Amino acid sequence: MKVLVPVKRVVDYNVKVKAKSDETGVDLANAKMSLNPFCEIAIEEAVRLKEAGKAEEVIAVSVGTSASQEQLRTSLALGADRAILVETEIEVEPLGVAKILKEVVNKENPDLIILGKQAIDDDSNQTGQMLASLLGIAQGTFASEVNISEGSVEVTREIDGGLQTVKLNLPAIVTTDLRLNEPRYASLPNIMKAKKKPLETITTDDLGVDASPRLTTVKVANPPEREAGVKVESVDELVDKLKNEAKVIS
Amino acid sequence: MSILVIAEHDNQELKSSTLNVVTAAQALGSEIDILVAGSDCSSVAESATKIPSINKVLMADSEAYKNCLAENVGSLIGKIGTNYTHILAAATSNGKNCLPRAAALLDVAQISDISAVVSEDTFERPIYAGNCIATVQSSDSIKVITVRTTSFDSSESEGGTASVETISENTDLGVSSFVKEEVAESDRPELTSADIVISGGRGMQNGDNFSLLEGIADKLGAAIGASRAAVDSGFVPNDMQVGQTGKIVAPNLYIAVGISGAIQHLAGMKDSKVIVAINKDEEAPIFQIADYGLVADLFEALPELESKL
Repeated sequence: MKVLVPVKRVVDYNVKVKAKSDETGVDLANAKMSLNPFCEIAIEEAVRLKEAGKAEEVIAVSVGTSASQEQLRTSLALGADRAILVETEIEVEPLGVAKILKEVVNKENPDLIILGKQAIDDDSNQTGQMLASLLGIAQGTFASEVNISEGSVEVTREIDGGLQTVKLNLPAIVTTDLRLNEPRYASLPNIMKAKKKPLETITTDDLGVDASPRLTTVKVANPPEREAGVKVESVDELVDKLKNEAKVIS
Repeated sequence: MSILVIAEHDNQELKSSTLNVVTAAQALGSEIDILVAGSDCSSVAESATKIPSINKVLMADSEAYKNCLAENVGSLIGKIGTNYTHILAAATSNGKNCLPRAAALLDVAQISDISAVVSEDTFERPIYAGNCIATVQSSDSIKVITVRTTSFDSSESEGGTASVETISENTDLGVSSFVKEEVAESDRPELTSADIVISGGRGMQNGDNFSLLEGIADKLGAAIGASRAAVDSGFVPNDMQVGQTGKIVAPNLYIAVGISGAIQHLAGMKDSKVIVAINKDEEAPIFQIADYGLVADLFEALPELESKL
């Protein structure tokens, strides 16, 4: 079985992001960039499938500028066998990414495609579902457990209020939720090895995809700041404030 | 302007999140249809007809839509969506699961999790865990949108007299099937629509200690939430998680107990009207956004709080 894992380069989750002062976008100058945390979980799941003898090859793919090579190397260090960068200078929206990935899937014919459920930059939560839709295949989104069997996969999904299990025909899409696994750290020897693994670069033109954006960002602003309130000295004072000042309990 | 709202339901009851989406739809225009896709779901369609100012309710009643499988429901929305200028669903696990499939079939972008309607083609949405608010304009002929339900009030649910139209499209893709569902039964209000939420974090130390929150929740009629740290530590299940990648809540009162206040948690609760933080670390970032902060050991403060409510 072949597993394809699309990954995204995003601002590191520890960075507190602010809008630019002219409100034209987000100020990312000098911000630390990382592999999207949900993509890390996706790579981990694919590598575990390989280690369990259920998958033969794990391919990481990313759509972005040449800087995304860094995140692909990270993916290789975590255990992916090879990587593909679809290089583009434009900021591709989820629909465009899904169209690009569809062409990659048609070339590579993976049995399973594992993606993060959302990227922590634009928080869209769309790409996996859109790719599944364009391919006309099944999806198990927000997965907390993945069990492969012959020709199908059972996915346990995190839904509002609990868990849902669905059975999907392969090939299928899985998008990862937090509890699916705990990603490993890349060891130094594996980081060194990753430098020698194959990383192929292609362009959107090579794939013949029009991934031009449909949305225009009119402005990006900081949300209204919440002011710190007061410290209370005791539980009694707290209850009194909630009853008589804030009037949120009776 | 013709708008399609996707109903959220369990084949028996119309979920209240649908009413928040109707309010968002009303900000766009007045010709609003509601789609109820399910199995044996006529009581849901009936409830939907009572929402005032609805044009008509479309009911797709088929085994294929019973468990809201995204493959089948997404295809249905993609098929009938061509008749509309806007398609809206709640940003719930169902909405997030199904709607992008429809958008891809319609070859349009999706605008996720909108928090405000600026005009018929321009919307506000939080990005970067709510650290920024983006205003985005769509150039697509059909706008496919998921709605952050806490940003819109509920519409009225009674008084309307819309008619039900049965649609017989069959969009069973036959690639997926439902196996089982484990939904926690609880007498407490639902987390995302509760008036009061009390959440525990890593400071709770273990899952058993969440019982300290239960007594208070019972007295206040509150829902119980948790931070990602508490979920990751295995104290409580993930469906209790409040935050960027969990549930977004905006109750009248949010009580954060033993939660330090990571950006990702704040993203899920900072629009609450009143925030209370109980934490023994007076430097915890949660105090920077709390209206009332109590620096105390939660194992002493919680029993005392319960006894004084």
